[in-house]
Amino acid sequence: MLNAKIPAGPLENKWTDYKGHCKLVNPANKRKLEVIIVGTGLAGASAAASLGELGYKVKAFCFQDSPRRAHSIAAQGGINAAKNYQNDGDSVFRLFYDTIKGGDYRAREANVHRLAEVSANIIDQCVAQGVPFAREYGGLLSNRSFGGTQVQRTFYAAGQTGQQLLIGAYQALERQVALGNVKMYSRHEMLEVVKVDGKARGIIARNLVTGKLERHFGHAVLLCSGGYGNVFYLSTNAMGSNVTAAWKAHKKGAAFANPCFTQIHPTCIPVSGDHQSKLTLMSESLRNDGRIWVPKKQGDNRKPNEIPEEERDYYLERRYPAFGNLVPRDVASRAAKERCDAGYGVGSSKQAVYLDYAAAIERYGRIEASKEGKEDAPLEEIIAWGKEVVKEKYGNLFDMYEKITGENPYEVPMRIYPAVHYTMGGLWVDYELQTSVPGLYALGEANFSDHGANRLGASALMQGLADGYFVIPYTIGNYLADEIYNKPISTEHEAFAAAEKEVSDRLDKLMSIKGNTSVESFHKRLGKIMWDKCGMARNAEGLQQAITEIQELKKEFWSDVKIPGGITEFNPELDKAGRVADFIELGELMCKDALNRNESCGGHFREEYQTPDGEALRDDANYMYVAAWEYKADSNWELHKESLEYDVIKPTQRNYK
Amino acid sequence: MTWKQVFTSSVGKKLVMGFTGIFLILFLIVHVGLNACIWANDGGEMFNKGAHFMGANVVPRILEIGLFAGLILHIIQGLMLEASNRSKRSVKYAVSYGNDGSKWYSRSMGLLGTIILLFLILHLSNFWLPNRANQGFLLGEEINLYEKMKVEFSELWVVIVYVLGCISLGYHLAHGFQSAFKTMGVHNKKYHAMISSVGYGFSIIVPLAFALMPISFYLGWVN
Amino acid sequence: MEHYNMNLTLKVWRQKSSNEQGYFETYQVRDISSEMSFLEMFDVLNEQLIKENKEPIAFDHDCREGICGMCSMYINGKPHGPWHANTTCQLHMRAFKDGDTIVVEPWRAKAFPVIKDLVVDRTAFDRIIQAGGYISVNTGNAVDGNAIPIEKDKADAAFAAAMCIGCGACVAACKNSSAMLFLSAKVSHLSLLPQGDPERKSRVVNMVAQMDKEGFGACTNTGACEATCPKEISISNIARLNREYLTSSLTAEK
Repeated sequence: MLNAKIPAGPLENKWTDYKGHCKLVNPANKRKLEVIIVGTGLAGASAAASLGELGYKVKAFCFQDSPRRAHSIAAQGGINAAKNYQNDGDSVFRLFYDTIKGGDYRAREANVHRLAEVSANIIDQCVAQGVPFAREYGGLLSNRSFGGTQVQRTFYAAGQTGQQLLIGAYQALERQVALGNVKMYSRHEMLEVVKVDGKARGIIARNLVTGKLERHFGHAVLLCSGGYGNVFYLSTNAMGSNVTAAWKAHKKGAAFANPCFTQIHPTCIPVSGDHQSKLTLMSESLRNDGRIWVPKKQGDNRKPNEIPEEERDYYLERRYPAFGNLVPRDVASRAAKERCDAGYGVGSSKQAVYLDYAAAIERYGRIEASKEGKEDAPLEEIIAWGKEVVKEKYGNLFDMYEKITGENPYEVPMRIYPAVHYTMGGLWVDYELQTSVPGLYALGEANFSDHGANRLGASALMQGLADGYFVIPYTIGNYLADEIYNKPISTEHEAFAAAEKEVSDRLDKLMSIKGNTSVESFHKRLGKIMWDKCGMARNAEGLQQAITEIQELKKEFWSDVKIPGGITEFNPELDKAGRVADFIELGELMCKDALNRNESCGGHFREEYQTPDGEALRDDANYMYVAAWEYKADSNWELHKESLEYDVIKPTQRNYK
Repeated sequence: MTWKQVFTSSVGKKLVMGFTGIFLILFLIVHVGLNACIWANDGGEMFNKGAHFMGANVVPRILEIGLFAGLILHIIQGLMLEASNRSKRSVKYAVSYGNDGSKWYSRSMGLLGTIILLFLILHLSNFWLPNRANQGFLLGEEINLYEKMKVEFSELWVVIVYVLGCISLGYHLAHGFQSAFKTMGVHNKKYHAMISSVGYGFSIIVPLAFALMPISFYLGWVN
Repeated sequence: MEHYNMNLTLKVWRQKSSNEQGYFETYQVRDISSEMSFLEMFDVLNEQLIKENKEPIAFDHDCREGICGMCSMYINGKPHGPWHANTTCQLHMRAFKDGDTIVVEPWRAKAFPVIKDLVVDRTAFDRIIQAGGYISVNTGNAVDGNAIPIEKDKADAAFAAAMCIGCGACVAACKNSSAMLFLSAKVSHLSLLPQGDPERKSRVVNMVAQMDKEGFGACTNTGACEATCPKEISISNIARLNREYLTSSLTAEK
């Protein structure tokens, strides 16, 4: 069933050869070909803009009120690119290597190499669009370092890189809207894929303002709908982020790959109470300068500033001297959990560790002092200068922390704890980003392809834009070149009617339950099961329990959910109900996938499989494959294995010591 | 872009307000300077000389046409903008943002302008209109404006109205002065700070000087 | 930080749809923790309404970390509530005390018609961007990112303008419902960069024309927009727009 269609030839020539030989569509024909794009984040907006520029007739859909709201906007730290502007030994190969290693050898070499190749073009494109990246005084682009790498290859715009990149793509998209090449449907949610003769031919979308269902035809359908971290209820995702589009595609035949690979980000603001609706990330870039520690004494209730230096355990620096606080996310998260579980956690919940800027403030202060030739200035003055520097670098993040917690991070260490952030798993795609349904593509976080079992920081933005700007414009042509013989299919076609009926039946069913329990409380319960049993650490027993619990929750949901209002109106509760119903089904598959994978790798940590010093223990002999699940029936999936071939890199035990 | 497009756009309309506003500010300088001659305490001799030049020489009389054109443009455009801006929010807020976000006089330019307009009607009918009527609206014989001031400003209610008009003018200028420069594109913080302080100074000193004129006559500070 | 619980009275604008009359409805919420965000307090209220078989209050929100620009409540007479440089989603309940009454209204402007309750239609902003808020560069046309050095001060100023999240608080705060701060942030962002130079004249003219067409008011430099902007976009951007506009109109060929 699965053919990854990886081009032959040496790794570094694959993409060039592919581009040189793929089929093209002439401009006159492009005008006749319609492409549907679901989601307008970095992947969707960049794809819509680029395909519009090429001359395809594009229809783009987003559930928010404007494409600019997509959650890519919240990405803080930066975007990687193998530019080697710093002359510190970076190269396409090294970015490729770091990404494969960071992903714990569970990603495809060919895809990742292509990603590293186009990374440099992304920066150029964004600069040309007017993305105001940080610059040095000489006017050239500035870089910083990120977790899991030893070079400085991360381009950034303060702590708002995702926002700036998305606005760039959004503006390119709006330009195509103005030119009439793209038609934008905001406040629309895709609720079904329409297949004709085995190929994706359109979607059923619901206008979220009127509640009416709409049929839209496309010669191809691109899903750029992001990740599914909200299956955990609490995550750093936006409230509306959901799996529905991908899940509908999955149920219509698209395989779902490595669903259990979820990234728990180490530096988030800890949960404060039951009311919590979401978690907020503090950029990984904070680990550049901040030091992470817990007290050496268990259950130490002293205030952080009262704990003397020698009674602090800088556990990352202790355990991983080579990378220190800049180990990859999965490693940092697990280390934090390990300390908290062992009773060293801080704060009222004891589920937090300190991220301390005192040392960085003093260090920067001394640098400023020496610049001014005032090395012997009093400490308070040095600290004040240091605070200014830190403010310039991380001010917006510190402000955000203060707003949420009411504590001043310039004075007291921040409390952080890992939280669900990104999902490496997603719809299975081949080298061309096509899912197992012909004509149906998945881009960005919605697909599974580039990050293996763990994504490195500043790579999500890179992948989303690579897929949208530089990959899909070529690969979609290879498919659409044969579609020029097919006239647009009328939305009166029976396949559209049947798909629409499916959707409206489901909506009717949801509304007719009229139970007693709100959607929100089902979501919370699902999240708790997932976090406890399929979160940072998993074991077979817990996963089996989780599967049973989720199946029960599903039954209860479909008999007791309470949704106010009606179908043909603006009804956010109904929108949410549909999404939660899909999350419940996905949750079950995630647990099954985690249970199947009897090894630990990247973000997937099975307690049964660890090295003596608590690191993830892979089983390359048995699990060096992509687990692609085909939907068969309710709670019934078939596993397909795409084995991973490493021709260039030799997988080893990841070592950040 | 055609001139029509420019002057019918919201920014173009604001440019008209800004440019005419600056023009009127310049006029105020001339006006206050000339009228300050009453404090020469020479029985109005110096003042009447100046007034005579302004009224009986062809150059200022031509400029006067420009002044009225600018004034009328400022008034009409201002009233139209005010009406149009008011129509952009059909349901009003129950709780208003109030003075936390902006100064009351910045939000009340239409009101202040209308008060000034009413004052101007009185002011013109006190001095300019009788004078020009006496001249046959050409360069004919003028009336003694100094004596006229003496008469007019012996009435308390007139003095009060003039003082109120000057206060309105002060607040109108407090916003209008710096706003006009913003509208004309001064965005540099350094210059803007300078213009703001000059503006505040101007909007206190000039209206104060004007207000002191009727007060001076009423209290007999000049004779 | 000490935490406390509070009971509050909420007066919330309810409106079925754009063409129906709206009205205020009063609600009581109890035991609200000072650690909650304002929107989490609304979540609590909505759960309560669902339990009572009443219709929950519709409000826009998404990222809940102050960057997507979707949340949009006018709280006690100020867009995004009492805190300075803040969005509604980042407003926390420690801003209020036990017994407070909070009045919550939608953004009110003709150009932002109410869709339902506190949800308004802000697509006018998208159309303003379509009128010229971009640099016309097709994918693949770019030169090397370091080919054109950009003065750090200018790049920083462009970034400061580009931080706009398009929430519409400036319009909501302005007595004229003007979108000039939004517009000028984009014009400034792009005209400060050398890449934006070729289109700078047409951009400002077309964007202003679109703003007028959408039914926003004219700017009278009151400064309410700047005071309420969650991203502290400076009003000096408006002056820069005015200059761009003036230059464009004076140097236009026709």
